Amino acid sequence: MDEEKPTSLFARRLLVVTVTLTALWLILPLLVIVPISFSGENSFAFPPRTWTLQRYVDLAQPMWIGALINSLVIASLVAVGASFLGTLTSFAITRSTSRLIVIVRALVLAPQVVPIIIVGLGIYLVFLRLDLNGSYVGFVLAHTVLALPFVVIPVAATLQTFDRDLERASASLGAGPIATFIQVTFTIIRPALLSGTFLAFLSSFDELVLALFLQSPSLVTLPVLLYRRMTDTIDPTVAAVATIQLLFVTTCMIIALFLQRRKDSNDQAPAAET
Amino acid sequence: MVVPVLILLGVVFVYPTSIFLLRAFTHFNPPQVAGLDNLVWFLGDETNRIILVRTFTVASMCAVLTAIVAFPYAYCMTVIGPRGRTIMLGVLLLSMFLGILLRNFAWVILLQYQGPLNDILDAIGLDRIRFLGTAPAVVMGMMHILFPFMVLPLYSVLNGIDRRLVLAAQSMGATPMRAFRQVYLPLAMPGIIAGALLVFVLALGFFITPALLGSPRQALMSQLMFLQFDLQAAFGRAGAMAIVLLIIAMVFVILSNIVQRRSRAYGDAS
Repeated sequence: MDEEKPTSLFARRLLVVTVTLTALWLILPLLVIVPISFSGENSFAFPPRTWTLQRYVDLAQPMWIGALINSLVIASLVAVGASFLGTLTSFAITRSTSRLIVIVRALVLAPQVVPIIIVGLGIYLVFLRLDLNGSYVGFVLAHTVLALPFVVIPVAATLQTFDRDLERASASLGAGPIATFIQVTFTIIRPALLSGTFLAFLSSFDELVLALFLQSPSLVTLPVLLYRRMTDTIDPTVAAVATIQLLFVTTCMIIALFLQRRKDSNDQAPAAET
Repeated sequence: MVVPVLILLGVVFVYPTSIFLLRAFTHFNPPQVAGLDNLVWFLGDETNRIILVRTFTVASMCAVLTAIVAFPYAYCMTVIGPRGRTIMLGVLLLSMFLGILLRNFAWVILLQYQGPLNDILDAIGLDRIRFLGTAPAVVMGMMHILFPFMVLPLYSVLNGIDRRLVLAAQSMGATPMRAFRQVYLPLAMPGIIAGALLVFVLALGFFITPALLGSPRQALMSQLMFLQFDLQAAFGRAGAMAIVLLIIAMVFVILSNIVQRRSRAYGDAS
């Protein structure tokens, strides 16, 4: 399939140049952050004139640690909740014969296309009355709603192409419904569920708009703190957080790549569906 | 099975959004007093209309420009070998996983008056430009975030196109350019349009990026809504704006669904 040559040499070179430029446009801006994190000045001047490691030392302050812990706790709970509820919903969407299920599907996906500010202001009004603002419960509930599509889209897609004869075969061979689910169905949806759970975690960890409405002085998440340190003050500590996150993400991706290569290069690029 | 999800969505999404929208008809700040006053206020005010049009323009620019930048990338992903594809996907995911806020931060550094981009302009003898606070800066930051939402669905559409059709056209005498334009592009069009519509709808709701890279004088709908809600406590006016924004978004979501359904029907037929 890769042998054909429909494009002339010129077109091919043009494509390579364009794609390289696009890749640079995606990556280079991120690398600009790294030197700023070592800046000795209280500005975002690039390149910095003086250098220090103080920003990384500052991160040990309770303010940053506290925000990080809050974000991690909330994102973990959201990941668990969204993957559980998302799996249930995916089964319902793909296996129900009811016509109303179309509405459920639309409802689950809607929070991602409705402008976030509308959802945020609405939640603010309701949670104020329920006294959920500034609480873990409020954050987890709100973020779970936003994270559900990340689980439902891939898991439902996997279930749609899933050969139900496998379940019947398992049942006819004597496995009970629970054993069938664990050994057959779950094994097949596991990759989709894992990536969905990961994206759900990430969406909560990164979420800022709802967090701005839900936060309280006693409950601040990492994005809220970062946003404040970018707008209220000019604090290069933000760049230190970004650098650590960049390093972490890169390491995770290299590990994932390595694991995948070991698992045999079965060239299957994960195609996304939206 | 869906009951817990429905309860969650009801309490945290449907109910809050509805009561917020309903405020447009129940909550009034003088001079608005009753009925449709809030909607009339929004559509009747010159400044508001400018902001609505600006939001629409910024979102359209994002959609069109992202589609133009994303098409070669997605196309390349379908013709490159497995290793190249992994790298291209890795680049995409790396930028995605850093998060919206930090990517916006990167653009703040890049585009600032004493920033690297202006240093380059300076070095080649051009004047420094105040990028920050302008609509182009906002569009740039938004495109960077919206890019994956365009590339990934587009890639799955392009990957499904039978490239032998292009070869067939060439074997019948079409130049590569013509074969591409008359055979490949029409097949790719539903994917491009669906992706661009999705990007447009997402772009309508951006709040953080315009706040960081734009300026209050270049405000978009989300910021104006927040301003009315937060500073003026004019929940009704904010609700009216939400209704207008939501209607526009819904129209484009439905359009995108129609395009996708058509292309799917076409795919089944061929």
